[in-house]
Amino acid sequence: MADFLLELRSEEIPARMQAGARAELEKLFRREMDAAGVGMGEITVWSTPRRLALIARGLPSETQAVSEEAKGPPVGAPDQAVDGFCRKAGVTRDQLEVREVKGRETYFAVIETPGRTVRDVLAEAIPAIIRDFAWPKSMRWGAASISTESMRWVRPLSGIVALLGDEVVECEVHGVTSGAVTLGHRFHHSGDITIGNADDYAVKLHAGKVIVDQSIREDYIAQEARGLAEVSGLRLVEDHGLVVENAGLTEWPCPILGYFDEEFLDVPPEVIQLTARVNQKYFVCEDSAGTLANAFICTANIEAEDGGAAIVDGNRKVLAARLSDARFFWDVDRQKTLAQHAEGLKRITFHEKLGTVADKVDRVAKLARWLVEEGIVGASRSPREGGDLPQTSAGPNEVPAFAGTQEELASLAEQAARLCKADLVTEMVGEFPELQGLMGGYYARAEGLPDAVADAIRDHYKPVGQGDDVPTAPVTVAVSLADKLDTLFAFYFAEERPTGSKDPFALRRAALAVNSILTASGYRLNLTEAAWRWLSAALDIPKTYDPDTKVKWQYNDLTIRFIGDMNVFDVNHILETESWGDLKGRLEYASKRKYDLVRTSFMDLLDFFADRLKVQQREAGVRHDLIDAVFALGGEDDLVRLLARVHALQSFMETEDGTNLLAGYKRAANILRKEDWQGADDAPHTGEEDPLVLVDDPDMREIVAAQMAEKNTHPAGKALSYTPEPAEKALIDALDTAGPQAEAAVQDERFADAMSALASLRKPIDDFFETVTVNDDEEAKRTARLGLLARFRDAVHQVADFGKIEG
Amino acid sequence: MTLRTAFAMAACTMTSRDPATSFQDMILALHDFWAAQGCVILQPYDMRMGAGTFHTATTLRALGPEPWNAAFVQPCRRPTDGRYGENPNRLQHYYQYQVILKPSPPDIQDLYLESLRVIGIDPLKHDIRFVEDDWESPTLGAWGLGWEVWCDGMEVTQFTYFQQMGGFDCKPVAGELTYGLERLAMYIQGVDSVYDLSFNGQGTSYGDVFLENEKQMSKWNFEVAETDALFDLFAKAEKECENALANDVPIAAYEQAVEASHIFNLLQARGVISVQERASYMGRVRDLARGSCEKYAQLMAPEWAEKYPGWTL
Repeated sequence: MADFLLELRSEEIPARMQAGARAELEKLFRREMDAAGVGMGEITVWSTPRRLALIARGLPSETQAVSEEAKGPPVGAPDQAVDGFCRKAGVTRDQLEVREVKGRETYFAVIETPGRTVRDVLAEAIPAIIRDFAWPKSMRWGAASISTESMRWVRPLSGIVALLGDEVVECEVHGVTSGAVTLGHRFHHSGDITIGNADDYAVKLHAGKVIVDQSIREDYIAQEARGLAEVSGLRLVEDHGLVVENAGLTEWPCPILGYFDEEFLDVPPEVIQLTARVNQKYFVCEDSAGTLANAFICTANIEAEDGGAAIVDGNRKVLAARLSDARFFWDVDRQKTLAQHAEGLKRITFHEKLGTVADKVDRVAKLARWLVEEGIVGASRSPREGGDLPQTSAGPNEVPAFAGTQEELASLAEQAARLCKADLVTEMVGEFPELQGLMGGYYARAEGLPDAVADAIRDHYKPVGQGDDVPTAPVTVAVSLADKLDTLFAFYFAEERPTGSKDPFALRRAALAVNSILTASGYRLNLTEAAWRWLSAALDIPKTYDPDTKVKWQYNDLTIRFIGDMNVFDVNHILETESWGDLKGRLEYASKRKYDLVRTSFMDLLDFFADRLKVQQREAGVRHDLIDAVFALGGEDDLVRLLARVHALQSFMETEDGTNLLAGYKRAANILRKEDWQGADDAPHTGEEDPLVLVDDPDMREIVAAQMAEKNTHPAGKALSYTPEPAEKALIDALDTAGPQAEAAVQDERFADAMSALASLRKPIDDFFETVTVNDDEEAKRTARLGLLARFRDAVHQVADFGKIEG
Repeated sequence: MTLRTAFAMAACTMTSRDPATSFQDMILALHDFWAAQGCVILQPYDMRMGAGTFHTATTLRALGPEPWNAAFVQPCRRPTDGRYGENPNRLQHYYQYQVILKPSPPDIQDLYLESLRVIGIDPLKHDIRFVEDDWESPTLGAWGLGWEVWCDGMEVTQFTYFQQMGGFDCKPVAGELTYGLERLAMYIQGVDSVYDLSFNGQGTSYGDVFLENEKQMSKWNFEVAETDALFDLFAKAEKECENALANDVPIAAYEQAVEASHIFNLLQARGVISVQERASYMGRVRDLARGSCEKYAQLMAPEWAEKYPGWTL
């Protein structure tokens, strides 16, 4: 047994690539050893800016000889087949053995792979690893690069140390030969360092002022930075990413603390922190009150002769120049109001099919106002007295109430929405795009806008990902929702939808964010209605409509796309449209095709939302079959209600009543399926191609509802031509009670109550199966009983499609 | 210390260069050093350009198989960076020091660090770091990998291994070093304003030489330059570039591309190019520059292949 050390030395490897490179090195090394049948113990991988290292413990000195048998064609097979087999197995024909398999003489090849020294295996593995190494970006260099076939590496590869035990594993890769010699720190150590074996590698490098283990460098930087802050009476603002980056930039890290001019503290602290972090890779500190201090900590790669005085002074100057720029941006940006900045949004394209950012802002502002005016945002958040909604941990109690009237709230929401993107054209956000929103908030406050508006501008991008804060302030929620809904509606409408792993406009994230906001606040939003409202905002044409020519369009591509194949007459009708409801009517009148296009877009979007919600719930640990059972009901465009139903079902299925009811349901459903029972023919036929159109058609809604009511209040049992058996009668009675109860509970969104109502069916259905024969010889009895089972099934379906539930 | 460095440093001593107190001595010390490494010391290209990389000694010479080692100062014009002489760090005219080494030598990093020592930067006192920074110029159809070199947190040099130029693979790869001379000098001399730099160590400051120039040129770039004439110049340069290409003189064509590029920068400074037009103008400049590089490479390819059998473009 021996330990193996591999060091690949190169010019400075980008810090961000080092973690990936360590994983890649280990992966390729394992691949090579597995392929050669070399077993081993623990593997350690290290990186510094100038080297990648791997230590594998406990390698054998030789691989075992392997004897493999391969079965070939039967004796007497055509020569072609036999020769082919020999070629594949790497044997000659006279080496083949003949054995009997199931009474047939068959050729066999015995392939002997002799044992090899592991040193030879390694000597072949190293070039293969280097050749196959996948860097995010790689390059050629030097005289050899006169051919494009020359070696590629992240930066020029300059040396290879390869030791098995105390012996060099000799190999050569494009002119770089392996050995035992490496280099220490670029400035602190001159001359070669000869490594003896895997055990003295880290020790000898340490003597050469290189800490090869990145985790030790990371820990050291973090501790030292903390300590430096503490002795200065400050607290380090922890930043693990920065620790890792600095460890990736140094072989001998030396954190040093310096101060910048206090006058820069007028600039927002986030700006200072970002400037220090992104441009200079410095840590920042806070005082005991949590206020940003005028101190920075940089991580040098040397122990300077003067104790770092020159280094800290140089870094201070660079930071001062950076902060001067930042302060210049801060001052210049505040010379204009956000409303003035927002003018510049007309020059920025949001998306080639969707007009400018100014167009987007206009739609968002209208949608935000509508969300408030409709009472979706800001109204009482417990929608039904005694209802189950919302059931999330962040319940309505945590939603801050809005002190003013709904109209005031609507005005603030619109105002905030109109300004929410203005900071995109400020100098500061131009320099630091990651400060979008935040700077808008600062500038809004600086010009004296209400706090609610400033907060909404600051936070309207939230939540950005899982675990990010979900906004709850009503103005913020209105703007945030409107912004995300606009993005979703617009891209769906423009047919720029996510496919597979491609989601260039982050629509999945937007949908997740909408789900999070709605579930956290409990606000009730009908997505279909919002979509129509959005379209009406998107098509607000008058300001760009040219009344002289009637056909000349100055408007954004969205509108052009929308009106593309309508005639002028139709378009004029749409233009005169005021309300969304009217728009929808006129749209149908103007162009059935266009109406269908819009409708399909929105239906697809509903499915998309549902999918996001499913993913979210699955990740939260909800059983996927329960989610499917609720989603299978379809036609639900209120996410909060959907979720409440899932949660109630989950609780119910954890009870004994739940599992028993499920058993009864499955039995009923099986019988109905076996009998191919079609059920009462009660679907309204109107000649519509798409029956779903009726569901959200307001004109048909009442008719459908009336038919459903009819069906439920006049159960099949009323006209029984025979005297029902006791259990049959009991089930009829139970359904007469539980059916309407469950329905009413669902209507009121008391889903737990609906479940209880269903639970009352458990005993009657069990008894029914126990004592009643469904398939009676009398046709009347059979039909009535099958009808009864169908009623039972339909009653259960009011809550969820139990057929999707497993178990 | 290599022999070459010893020689270079001896050269410095002999002529008593003092980079710590004189901007021109810093340049001369770099010349001495790189001359000792076998570089051709060139003078600036006699045209207005935005970066040293535009010098034909860099772009065109990065193409082809022949070894090429050169060093030169290139004045750079960035009209939009003008600040009327009021900003201590920003100039519309400044100097870059360019070194191009083809093929890139194995000790190129060491040579570079030695050049820093020669101008007075001690890497045991100052924190020198190679921080990832790749370079790409769509205008030239060029890209490379490398670093920005930090000295105590300040970027002092761009260090690039050219991988492609004019859309062609560099065979072999050249190493390019671009020193920001003013910021290095400000650092070495310990001054906070570029105008306070000592130019010659004998009483003449950078401000004495360039302050009035910055004031007037900023005004011209931003306010005075006749835009109709500029648009006209752009069109003429474009036309002339095409003429030169059609007549197989790609070096002349390349000059016109460089001219068009600078005129475009001036038009930008005058604020007369809209966002939409901007992309279109950049595309036109790119076509000229890439076209010239391509033509040059194609024209030279037979000669190169003859000298280096088996070499192909």
